[in-house]
Amino acid sequence: MSIANNPPANNPLAMIHQQIMWDRLISVVEEQAQTLIRTGFSTSTREAGDVSAGVFNVRGEMLAQAVTGTPGHVNSMARAVVHFLDRFPLETMRDGDAFITNDPWKGTGHLHDFTVVTPTFRNGVPVALFACTCHVVDIGGRGMGPDGRQVFEEGIYIPLLRFADAGTVNETMIEIIRGNVREPIQVIGDLYSLASCNDIGGRRLVAMMDEFEIDDLEGLGGHILERTHEATMEAIAAIEPGIYENRMRVDGYDRPIDIVARLTVAEDHIAVDFTGTSGPSSFGINVPFCYTEAYTSFGVKCIVAPTVPNNAALLAAIRVTAPPGTILSAEHPLPVATRHITGQLLPDVTFGCLSQARYRDGRPLPVPAEGTSCLWNLFAMGGPGRVDAPPEELAGAQSFNVMSFHSGGTGARPGKDGLSATAFPSGVRNVPIEITEAGSPIIVLRKEYRADSGGAGLHRGGLGQVMEVDTLDIAPFAISANYDRVDFPPRGRDGGRDGARGVLRLASGARLRGKGQQTVPKGERLIIEMPGGGGIGDPRLRDPARVADDVRAGMVSRDAARSDYGVALHDDLSLDIDATAALRAAAARQTAPSTPAHEEPAR
Amino acid sequence: MSGTARLAVDIGGTFTDLALQDGERNVTAKILTTPEAPERGVLEGIDLILQRAGIGPRDLSIIIHGTTLATNAIIERKGARTAMLVTEGFRDSIAMAYEDRFEQYDIMMERPAPLVPRELRLPVAERMDARGNIVVPLDEAALAAAIDSLKAAEVGAVAICFLHSYANAAHEIRARAVLQQALPDLSVTLSSEVCPEIREYERWSTASANAYIQPVMARYLKRLVDEIRARDIACPFYMITSAGGLTEVETARRFPIRLVESGPAGGAILSAHVARQCGYDRILSFDMGGTTAKICLIDGGEPHYSRNFEVAREYRFLKGSGLPIRIPVIDMVEIGAGGGSVASIDGLSRIQIGPQSMGSQPGPACYGRGGTAATVTDADVVLGRIDPDHFAGGSFALQGEAAAGAVQAAIGTPLDLPLVEAALGISEVVEENMANAARVHAIELGKALGERTLVAFGGAAPLHATRLAEKLAIDRVVIPRGAGVGSAVGFLIAPVAYEIARSRFMPIDERFAADAMNALRAEMYAAAEAVVRAGAPDAPLVATWTADMRYTGQGHEIAVPIPATPFAPGDQTDLAALFVARYGEQFGRSIPGLAVEAIGWSLRLATQTPAPEPCPATRAVAAPAPLRMTRLVDPASAERGEVPVYARQALAQGAAVAGPCLIVEDETTTVVGPRFTASINGLGHIVLERGAPS
Repeated sequence: MSIANNPPANNPLAMIHQQIMWDRLISVVEEQAQTLIRTGFSTSTREAGDVSAGVFNVRGEMLAQAVTGTPGHVNSMARAVVHFLDRFPLETMRDGDAFITNDPWKGTGHLHDFTVVTPTFRNGVPVALFACTCHVVDIGGRGMGPDGRQVFEEGIYIPLLRFADAGTVNETMIEIIRGNVREPIQVIGDLYSLASCNDIGGRRLVAMMDEFEIDDLEGLGGHILERTHEATMEAIAAIEPGIYENRMRVDGYDRPIDIVARLTVAEDHIAVDFTGTSGPSSFGINVPFCYTEAYTSFGVKCIVAPTVPNNAALLAAIRVTAPPGTILSAEHPLPVATRHITGQLLPDVTFGCLSQARYRDGRPLPVPAEGTSCLWNLFAMGGPGRVDAPPEELAGAQSFNVMSFHSGGTGARPGKDGLSATAFPSGVRNVPIEITEAGSPIIVLRKEYRADSGGAGLHRGGLGQVMEVDTLDIAPFAISANYDRVDFPPRGRDGGRDGARGVLRLASGARLRGKGQQTVPKGERLIIEMPGGGGIGDPRLRDPARVADDVRAGMVSRDAARSDYGVALHDDLSLDIDATAALRAAAARQTAPSTPAHEEPAR
Repeated sequence: MSGTARLAVDIGGTFTDLALQDGERNVTAKILTTPEAPERGVLEGIDLILQRAGIGPRDLSIIIHGTTLATNAIIERKGARTAMLVTEGFRDSIAMAYEDRFEQYDIMMERPAPLVPRELRLPVAERMDARGNIVVPLDEAALAAAIDSLKAAEVGAVAICFLHSYANAAHEIRARAVLQQALPDLSVTLSSEVCPEIREYERWSTASANAYIQPVMARYLKRLVDEIRARDIACPFYMITSAGGLTEVETARRFPIRLVESGPAGGAILSAHVARQCGYDRILSFDMGGTTAKICLIDGGEPHYSRNFEVAREYRFLKGSGLPIRIPVIDMVEIGAGGGSVASIDGLSRIQIGPQSMGSQPGPACYGRGGTAATVTDADVVLGRIDPDHFAGGSFALQGEAAAGAVQAAIGTPLDLPLVEAALGISEVVEENMANAARVHAIELGKALGERTLVAFGGAAPLHATRLAEKLAIDRVVIPRGAGVGSAVGFLIAPVAYEIARSRFMPIDERFAADAMNALRAEMYAAAEAVVRAGAPDAPLVATWTADMRYTGQGHEIAVPIPATPFAPGDQTDLAALFVARYGEQFGRSIPGLAVEAIGWSLRLATQTPAPEPCPATRAVAAPAPLRMTRLVDPASAERGEVPVYARQALAQGAAVAGPCLIVEDETTTVVGPRFTASINGLGHIVLERGAPS
């Protein structure tokens, strides 16, 4: 028995009915995503949950997404469906069709990501589209790294194509892919996973429509988008309109990049424009616009409307632009394989704009300081042909590939310290050290918080971590570095100090570059010191008791407590109240501490 | 000599449930949990049920006990001051966890703090490699220094957590020996004993949680056992584990972490028992109490087992917001939706249920104990599903007006809904939440939901079961005898059991080493047998073996049942075939040509469950006159209609009544939906069938 047989509008049960179906739709995309995670091959799919799944109305507007999705995927996938509808108009689609691409510009930013879109039919009529994205283990070309000079070097390109035609899989395309990637069984397996998870979603949706006896998603979709639109407008309307600018300098590959943003809070939308941003790089850290838009809108949503559902109505209220010729609007055939290094820095850029905005009642928005932001993954390999070393040194060396996800610190939050060794904005999980070591000769001798790396502040930045990496083999090994914040640190805010820069070096002291493939010679050990997040507020306003706690926990050194925070400790690490007062008074005579706008000092 | 009566006691978040079985006699009781001293509720309950059964302490033959105390100690952070000895360089692994955020958009989220603070995670130089070879010998001088720190810090428990100790535990064992010499009274947990499995975060999280609750649980068990003995109860006393097996108090003291999810496990055992009794091959087990709802699947009379569990989900009950515990558990999904779950309105004017629960103190608004929040139970009262004058056997009267006031204030007024619709909104949303949890859980197991039988128990489940069945296209619902205290009833049927899991990498190809694997399995069997035999000296045993296998290169393994017989050379072909078949079952396809590997092996050793009494056929008998009529809201029309109320004990075997109606018993009420017919089968279970009455 259903309460939901399209009750008349004056029936109060109609409202409950709409909510139940909305909840069900979210469950449907969750089932879709779980199917993909359970069957996918790529480490980033299975260990890290780096997938996206969503349901769209027949005009290509996203109605619901699975919460597993990572921001770079999901928001670009949301746009991709429209490209598919342009190429394959709805009226030409048939039951059993599925469409595919890994186009970096019409999909999710690099060739490693495949997006599959599948129309769902009920009683012969198309009622919805399901889309999903995952990252495959290999796509041919140079492999995953920033060293390519054109997208052609980065792997095989599959334009928007039919994956299946009324149920018949496009074997020609499958054979071409199979012949061009290093791990064909896993890659082809992932493509089937993508298609079958959309099928699951479609079947569940049809079952829901049967149960509630609805013939299309117009009513439900309209309700979802209307409610979301209202909530989004309410969230935006709470903010004082204005124009806020920010500039952030980051490492780049061979020269620094300036990311320049101008964020406009209007009555009914928020616009972010990247005019003034540096031009493209010669290497694969360029960002197709779809990915720029995805991470920028994610950053805005986190601050402005974190609890509003991420669907077409919300995304429509965040308008992102980047003029031609910038690294954030990279055009074909620029290399884009590691576009995430740059893209993951974009939320920090929008945060810098939003930190200047105020709610209409005068309160500041809850904005964190800058953090590490791009992942600091350990991507190591060994064996003949994989390491830049004389062949005789590699003879007999064990061949291996290690890909594990790791992170530095996030920026301090208003009222709270940053998170130590935590991915943001990416949502991926790490790989256990025991798993990494079980599958390779790599041995990690140290993996712990990096003391004093969190930017000092009333609220401290999250700490980075230090990893010391060696091999049990007799041969050198290689690493592919995809790191940023090595030359330019995450900045603090409102008097908070910068987080520590990242450092990549050998135990003997030699520095390595933050980007590109490099060799760790035999007998050497690799040391990765990951950045810490920026602090918020003058460190001399931090409660001395909390500083003492940090020292006892080893997160902050006794020296830094003294120099950065003006806090003195006794030899037993208890707080020296008198000496602390004297230190802080002396410092205050030199500069008046600035209180962040959003709060009173702790004491 | 001891008597013949078997007694089970299950402490839940809101209620303490008791079930007593003596031959043909079954007696149950339900009282409010006493969180400040849980043993008091247990003893009160024992007094009550002995009195109801009219027997004395000497008539008991066994007491089986399950408790949420271990879970609560972690949730409320009321365990011992705990330290950790950890491989130098890795003291932050339990704080870094997965280095991720479980909530994508909330920049203010926090990961749960580790149970051991950083200054009590003491590094010790030592190192094994992944094959168990010593890379750095154990630094005994560092160990001595750590002991000084432990003394100074006055810790109550220590977890010893070294890398790759699942492959070679020598350093952990040596460290314990040194520690115990210096601090003989300290409780010590080895990660290689509590969870000898690869993946350091999960193993160490499990070990530190075990250490953290060990002193609390040891004290509780001692107090309880002393009190029971003081009441002249001399019979054996067992605990129930999260995998649904009975275990002696000694094992419970050593590995208290294995007790965390014991109540829900009892429910799954009951469902499996009902499945075997009635010949239902495929079951959806649905347990709903005051705080949460638990859903699990039973196939072929057995629940699914797993070793992944998360305790203390702090953030809206969200996956990832708790501490991972790797112990043998019955695989189930738990959501924050119980009778006491609070209903509220979110920023998009949607009704949200839970995970906050009012528990027993102050409880739902209708309890009249100071609670003002609108809960699921309040909605049930408004809808006429619960009779305020006959709740919990009439032990206390509910206040219908308080329920109506709370529902109106929390949902009706803000959404501009009449009272009845507001209450219906609450019940529809909570039922939809449970249906969605069941759907996602089924997908995770690669199983279908349709054509299952729903077995519903726990105080709140029979109120919502027929509506949940409709949402899942299920046509048959069973409310077992004793449903209101289902977990406790399940305890009475549980076998003595113990589970052991070990990580050991093994390629499933020509390198497969049958002899080495047989040696490992013999070792595992001997260890499990020692534990099981302590509780069941001569019962026949059943060994269930699984291998954790995957395609080479995949991140996660699936558990594949394998034969209990020792391996013979060449068995890799059969093992690979078993894996491919299981993979296909779960994911709908297999991948030809890909290599297969195993990374872990596990054994469940249990006493053989006696074949259940078959369900006798019944002859149709006339239904008794209803107790009374009541006004029940029809979810389809939101209209109140007069429906009959039957007393469960008045419905004889073979009696049938058509919905809509209510069937009441002391611990719960079964709502028979409009399209259902309820009949009492030959075992006294209520069987609700959808469709026209026959």
